[in-house]
Formats: sequence, C-alpha cells, structure tokens
Amino acid sequence: MIKIEQISKKYKGSENFSVSNLDLFIDEKEIFGLLGPNGAGKTTLISILCSLIKPTSGSFSINNLTYHKNKNQLKQLIGIVPQEYALYPTLSAFENLKYFGSMYGLKGKHLDSKINSSLEHLGLLPFANKAIETFSGGMKRRVNLIASILHDPKVLFLDEPTVGVDVQSKNVIIGFLQDLNKKGTTIIYTSHHLNEAELFCTRVAIIDHGKLIIKGKPSDLIDSHEGANNLEDVFLTITGKALRDHA
Amino acid sequence: MHKLWASTYKEILLLTRDIGGIAILFIMPLVLIVTITLIQDSAFKTVSDAKIPILLVDNDNGEISKTVKTGLTDSNAFEIITKDDENEAKELVFSGKYQLAIIIPENLSTDLEKKINQNVEGIIAKFGLEEEGEHKLIDIPAKEVKLYFDPATQMTFKSSVKNGIDKMISKIETQSIYKAFQDQITDDPSEVIFETDNFITYTEILPKEGNKDLIPNSVQHNVPAWTLFAIFFIIVPLSINIVKEKSQGTFVRLRTNPVSYATVLGGKTAVYLIVCLIQFILMLLVGVYLFPAIGLPTLNVSGRLPLLFIVAIFAGLAAIGLGLLLGTIAKTQEQSAPFGATFVVILAAMGGVWVPVFVMPKIMQTLSNISPMNWGLNAFYDVFLRNGSLLDLIPELSLLLAFFLITTLIAIFYNEKKNAV
Repeated sequence: MIKIEQISKKYKGSENFSVSNLDLFIDEKEIFGLLGPNGAGKTTLISILCSLIKPTSGSFSINNLTYHKNKNQLKQLIGIVPQEYALYPTLSAFENLKYFGSMYGLKGKHLDSKINSSLEHLGLLPFANKAIETFSGGMKRRVNLIASILHDPKVLFLDEPTVGVDVQSKNVIIGFLQDLNKKGTTIIYTSHHLNEAELFCTRVAIIDHGKLIIKGKPSDLIDSHEGANNLEDVFLTITGKALRDHA
Repeated sequence: MHKLWASTYKEILLLTRDIGGIAILFIMPLVLIVTITLIQDSAFKTVSDAKIPILLVDNDNGEISKTVKTGLTDSNAFEIITKDDENEAKELVFSGKYQLAIIIPENLSTDLEKKINQNVEGIIAKFGLEEEGEHKLIDIPAKEVKLYFDPATQMTFKSSVKNGIDKMISKIETQSIYKAFQDQITDDPSEVIFETDNFITYTEILPKEGNKDLIPNSVQHNVPAWTLFAIFFIIVPLSINIVKEKSQGTFVRLRTNPVSYATVLGGKTAVYLIVCLIQFILMLLVGVYLFPAIGLPTLNVSGRLPLLFIVAIFAGLAAIGLGLLLGTIAKTQEQSAPFGATFVVILAAMGGVWVPVFVMPKIMQTLSNISPMNWGLNAFYDVFLRNGSLLDLIPELSLLLAFFLITTLIAIFYNEKKNAV
C-alpha cells in the first residue's frame, strides 16, 4: 500500500537529517503508529508522504502511485489531519466542511448529508452552525478530522490528532477512526500518547533522530523487551530518558 | 468551476463575517476622498471663499502701489492688511502668522516715472527731435520690491505670487513708457498715438461634449485620482487574507486538496473585484450626491458610466494582481501590511496622484510610465476630462490587464516553485 524507500530529508540550514534513509512498508487497512520523541522526524515523514515537503532523497508510493506522475489521483486518495487546526475561525463548522468538501469535487445533497452524518458521529451536529472560533480545542480537533475524511480517503494521515483534548473527545476521535479503519481506510498517525497507540494501532514504528529504530505489533514489541510492561517502557528503553529539547 | 464558485463563496463569507474590516474597507476611502477634495477644492476655484491674509507695507503711496493693491484685491485670493513698519511685517511673516509681506519702496512710482521719462527723452534726442544739450542724465537708483515669505510656504505659492507681482509691475512700466512717449510727441493728451491694449491674447479651448464645454473642476480631478488610490489599497486586506491562510493552516490543507492555486486565487480575485466595484460605486455616489450638499462641485458622470466601470474593473484587476503577488510572497502580516500600504503610496506618487506627472523630474516622468496607477489615472482622465471613447482607453486598459495577468502568473509560479515536491 505505502512503500517508502530510502527517504531522507535535510532542511536548509540544518546540520542533521530530520529523516535519514528510512525504509517502511505499510499495508492496506493497517492502523500504523509513528512514534518517537520530539524532533524525531515524525511530522517531517508525514509531511513528505502528504507531498507537503520534498524529500532530499529517496522515494515513496501510495497504491503504486507517485506524486510526480499521479499528483491529483494521489491527492484524491489521501486525507491529512494536520496538527494545527486548519480551519477558518469565523466560518461555522458546516461552512468549513462544505468548503473543504467542495475542494474534493463533492457537492450538493451528497456533501451535505456526508457532513451532517460525520458531525453527528462526532457529537457536533448541534454546533454545526456555530463559528469555529467559539469551539473548544476538542471540538476543533473533531472538525479538523471531519474536514479530512469527507472524500472517503483510502489513506488517512493524522499528525497528533488527540493532542490537547480531553479524555471524552479523545475516545470519540479514536472510536471514529476505528470505524473508518473497519470500512477500509488505512490510518497512519503520530502520537505522544503511547498507551493510546498501544491500544489503537495494529503496528507501530519508533523513530529517533530521523532513523527507524524498531517496528512491529505493540504486543510483540512489549514481549521482545525484557522487563517491559507496556509500550512506554519499550519506548524509554529504546530512546532513553534524556530530554529532547531543541530549537 | 464548482471549486472556483466554492472558493468565491468562502471568500464572501470570510469578508462578510468581518464587519469591522468591511466598514474600514468602504468607509475609509470615502472619508479620504471627501477630505482630500475639500482641501484641494480651493486650488481649483477661481473665486475662493477663503482669502489668504497678506501684509502690505506701502512706502510709495503712488500709482504703482495703488495698482498692486488693486491687482491683489481683484484676484480675490488675498485679504490685504496694511502695515506701516517693515520690521513688524517681517517679524509677523517669519513667525508664521502670515504667509507673505510685500514691501513697496519709497518713491517707487515717481522714480519709475522719472527714469522712464529720462530714457524716452534720451531716445527722442537720438532721433534728433530734441536738442542734445537739453538732455541731462540724473542718477536714479534702482528700486526693489521686497517679498517676505513664511519659511513654511510652498514653492508653488511663492512662484505664483512672484509671477503675479512681476506681471503687475511690468504692465505699469509698459504703460508708463507709452505715456512718456505720448507726452513727448504731442501736447494733446486726447490724441491717440499708441494702442495700449494687449496685441496678443490667449483663449483656453476646452474639449466639448456636444456643444457644451467640458470644464474640469476639483471633483473631476480628485474623484478619479483618489478612487484609484482607494482601489489600489485593496492590496493590503487582500495580501493579509492570503498570509492569514498560511498562518492559520488552511493553506496547508488546501495544498493537500486536489485544487490548484489558480482556483484559490480566482475566488479571491472575484470577491475583491466586487469590493473594488462597490468602493467605486460609493465614490461616485459621494461625488454625485454628497459633494453638492457640502458645497463642492458635482461629479458629472452622465453618459460616462459604462466607460467608468470598465476602467474601474481593469484598475481593480491590476490592484488585485499586486495583492495576490504580495500575499503569496509575504510570510507574515507584518511584512505584507506595511509594505503594501507604503507601496501603494509610492505607486500613487509615481502615477501622478499627488503631483502631476508633467512637473516631475525627467527620471520620475519615465518611471511614472510603469506605474499602474498612472495608466488607471490616465484612463479615468480620458473619460472624465478628455471625453475619450473606448478606443482611446484601449492602451491603458491593455496595460492594466497585462499587469494583472503578469503579477498573478508570477504569484502562481512562485507558489508552485516554493512548494514543489
């Protein structure tokens, strides 16, 4: 499904590679977690896969499509939930979703019903006509998610989709994503919530300093590390306890 | 097409949700045009209600000072305040209380008469009409009319006053010379030897609309100039709109959507063009209805509306192209807003909105040719003041359209290159 070959990325002015010679294969209908400390290269990798930034070297394909040859097909195939709320604050949830849905060529009653059902699923229908700027962080995250799935993408990329939200919102979001996955959507997501990843993901990869350190099913990774009771123990064993502050 | 309409509708929603922004967008240009026209109106009026008070120290009390006084009074531009002391007048002017003091020297009229008589007698004697021995030369010192200007006075005012006084004195000198010859040649004062009326006169021929002269007034000059200025100010909110899309993350989302940057810009172009046209309509309404109500000349738009709208559309497109380019290149509002505002003022200055192009230095005249505001202003003047047809407007309209296309294409290519993957 997603084939990543020797992808590297070095930003201008930076001495180090943010992603370095990374190889990865993600299968169809997987829920794949990209885990790693701050600055590990998770967001950079997702941005490359969403064609937001250009890799310094290497290549990738999604469903055997490459960005160079199948730009519009690829855009129609994927959805991205960015870390920031990529919404117009003064527009209502419905207006935001209608606009972003239209950008995928959706229109009319089909789009309206798709928006309404998604809003209902995520508990936002009563707030459909309220401006985004009046929403809480959790509500904005949910609208942010809906804006990326209206066109039924085959692959959904999520960059920290549950950051800064309460437990209730997090559960609703995770439940929604699991439903999407059951319907056939491949999900690739980054998170700092390791417990969440352990329960949610079919497979995870831990990357650090831009390199893939380990990958596998969460249960297999826990079992293969002596003394590890959960994914967090595995993570700390692999990446260490040193702080990763950088500017 | 559906995506373009959706983008346009989104821009309409964004704009209408910002009531304060809309108010500024429409009200400020109106305030600007009313203020500027009120200020500049007196410069176009031949009869001004507001007279400039000036000081006159008349040490001559003769024919010349009388003529100068009459000339200044008849101009209706000045209120003459007589002072006796030159130093007092000088102090008042240099302290900024008055713009000008005119000091007419002692015996100016009598000495001028003596000097002219002496010169005429000398000429007559050379022609042998008088005996040479009778002609004696007296040393008459040259006279000087002093002008004191407030240091803050503008050069244009100074030179027009100087020219006016110079003209009055030259006229008196000429008349005195004729009179001196008349006195020498004949003893009969009623005998007409010289015709003293001006041989050369001038008439201003104005463009006509039918049988009617098109007489320009301050409103016909100011409305197009400042309307254009306001239209070009659209680049500030437009560039901010684009920069905001980048900072709030929506632009990142759009980049992952199957929609071209040209479509996104197309929606913005459509909406901001409507804004430009609403601004234009409001300006015309102010010119036609508000100006006469506050004592300004009425803006005459009869028969010109279609052409005016065509010019406004093309000028609006040029302004929008610039706004799209600026918004695409700028990374922050702190970059786009001050740059946009300053750049519009520079374009306005270059385009002849502040000072007519023909009085600019040579290099600025050349540069004015590349200011889209100059093309727009000329197109508006063609319609308002030169009674131009659509054919006459084609050169300016073509330049404005080319400017829009070039700036928009640069914006699209810049964006493609910057975000190439």
